Amino acid sequence: MTSLHQPSAYEPWDAARAAEIIAEHAELEGATLVILHALQEAFGYVPEPAIPMVAAALNLSRAEVHGVFTFYHDFRKRPAGRRVLKLCRAEACQAAGGDALAARAEAKLGIALGNTTADERVTLEPIYCLGLCATAPSAMLDGRLVGRLDEARIDALIVEAQR
Amino acid sequence: MTMRVFIPCDAGAVAVGADEVALALQQAAARRGLAIEIVRTGSRGLYWLEPMVEVATSSGRIAFGPVSVADVPSLLEAMVSEGPHALRLGAPEKIFWLRRQTRLTFARCGVIDPRSLQDYCAHGGYKGLERALTLGADAILAEVTASGLRGRGGAGFPTGIKWKTVAQASADRKFIVCNADEGDSGTFADRMIMEGDPFVVIEGMTVAAIAVGATKGYIYIRSEYPYAVAAMKTAIAVARRGGYLGARIGGSSHAFDLEVRVGAGAYVCGEETSLLESLEGRRGIVRAKPPLPAHKGLFGKPTVINNVLSFAAIPFILAGGAKAYADFGMRRSRGTMPIQLAGNVRYGGLFETAFGITLGELVDDIGGGTLTGRPVRAVQVGGPLGAYFPRALFDTPFDYEAFAARDGLIGHGGVVIFDDSVDMARQARFAMEFCAIESCGKCTPCRIGSTRGVETMDKIIRGERIGENTAVIEDLCNTMKFGSLCALGGFTPYPVMSALKHFREDFGPRPARLEAAE
Repeated sequence: MTSLHQPSAYEPWDAARAAEIIAEHAELEGATLVILHALQEAFGYVPEPAIPMVAAALNLSRAEVHGVFTFYHDFRKRPAGRRVLKLCRAEACQAAGGDALAARAEAKLGIALGNTTADERVTLEPIYCLGLCATAPSAMLDGRLVGRLDEARIDALIVEAQR
Repeated sequence: MTMRVFIPCDAGAVAVGADEVALALQQAAARRGLAIEIVRTGSRGLYWLEPMVEVATSSGRIAFGPVSVADVPSLLEAMVSEGPHALRLGAPEKIFWLRRQTRLTFARCGVIDPRSLQDYCAHGGYKGLERALTLGADAILAEVTASGLRGRGGAGFPTGIKWKTVAQASADRKFIVCNADEGDSGTFADRMIMEGDPFVVIEGMTVAAIAVGATKGYIYIRSEYPYAVAAMKTAIAVARRGGYLGARIGGSSHAFDLEVRVGAGAYVCGEETSLLESLEGRRGIVRAKPPLPAHKGLFGKPTVINNVLSFAAIPFILAGGAKAYADFGMRRSRGTMPIQLAGNVRYGGLFETAFGITLGELVDDIGGGTLTGRPVRAVQVGGPLGAYFPRALFDTPFDYEAFAARDGLIGHGGVVIFDDSVDMARQARFAMEFCAIESCGKCTPCRIGSTRGVETMDKIIRGERIGENTAVIEDLCNTMKFGSLCALGGFTPYPVMSALKHFREDFGPRPARLEAAE
């Protein structure tokens, strides 16, 4: 089971490792976002015990760091599914039939946008613009970009994500 | 002789298979024992032709597209024999879409290797900086002012005046900040230039630094653009190695260095003061102005904050002279604008042209109408905060003031085309919903107004007391427009009110029109 909770690409939570990551960036001016990004890159999310560590390193209150962490859509409280499928839901993709494709993805995966399947394989999220607006509708499966989506392509992406 | 082939590494081309095509071509050439060099360029911006592959021939480059992996064997044959091919487009610069453009800012995009400083310099790069170093600060400010350049992020504030304000401020440190938080749907010009010609952004920022006396710059790029982040980081490292960033810029006494910072998915951080808060490591909460960032910007220091395209226009202005730039355009909108045609469009992509082209020309002649082939019903110009235009307003020229006069904005130059299946009440609802999701929460009109807006639009869509609820929407929009601190709450009324004004039939008891459209 752990393999699903902790995708192999991410490290398991380790306070010493977190301290190392924090120390690596703490000297930058305005380092909070940089550190939160680095933590998420390592662990796949920002584990709660890391918040007071960031605060201590940057001489901020825990509330301030928590405030930053919760303000931005990117930062995760808990690990995502093994694969993350982001569908662009902004106007250019809407104009090119994105609404119907998003509904199709929701139906196929049995979850609404913003959720993770019960088997923790796939997280389906909206994204507001990948900047691929002339090859809309578009999506991103983990780091891979896909444009000119149609029913066949979205189905293939979902099958790939569920594997 | 080694055959040189050019394939974009632009995210938009990669999303439709450019990497796979490059790999297949490499393998096919290896099987045939052909010496081949694949150069990964930016995109020319003709996205319906992506992946577009170009090959160097004795008579210049020849383009093919859109290429799929299945086309590769026959494509390679056509390249070797310089023979015909179904996907052969001829010389890229002769394709009607490129021929009709005036590429000043995007001249190199899609042509050069974005990682190569040598390529950049061979195509006129760093000529602007060279001249800037001989001119000195005052003359640079005069050139930028004379060019008539206005902020390409959307607000259209004169760049020369902004720079002058920072130059005149005295402080121990000053900053140059590049706003690359290109969150507007339908816009991708910042992404394209950062991926296809990153040195032009660096050069523009360096000129700004010399003009105002700044020594440190930041490029704040949204996290949704991982390719642009990587391209800018690479280019900065290359420029530093080449002596174009660091302690002695181009051998002069000026010091300037750059750092990339990555956003975290907050649309509002495209607003300049919110971006500065985010750069300082805080929540992206909008600041009240004054003080202006030019006086108290990043870390409280005088700061030039400009959009990617504003900085990218600078090298041409310095190298070619202010007049060469200002000769293009109309009225107070001088120079060129990289316009982006997107959404349901037949020929979508980046179209850089002088101000003054009409919306109708852009949509019908350049864009070729919709991809679905259905009639164009609405066009949203300027991103999620831009107005929806009906066909009746297609005579509007692309110009800051002309769009403002028709209750719209050109914003960052994004044009999103919708066919007649669009439901404008739902688009109005989306505008409110997007504002509610992205509001930073500082001011009440934006935070509460957008949420009430979604609820009220839902009532209208359900057919509840349409007259009264429409009046509520108008009232909310009025409050948001005049009461919000920044453009997010202040401009959300543009898409909502334009939908209501020009497409009233969609706000009525449903369905006659929708059924007819099915």
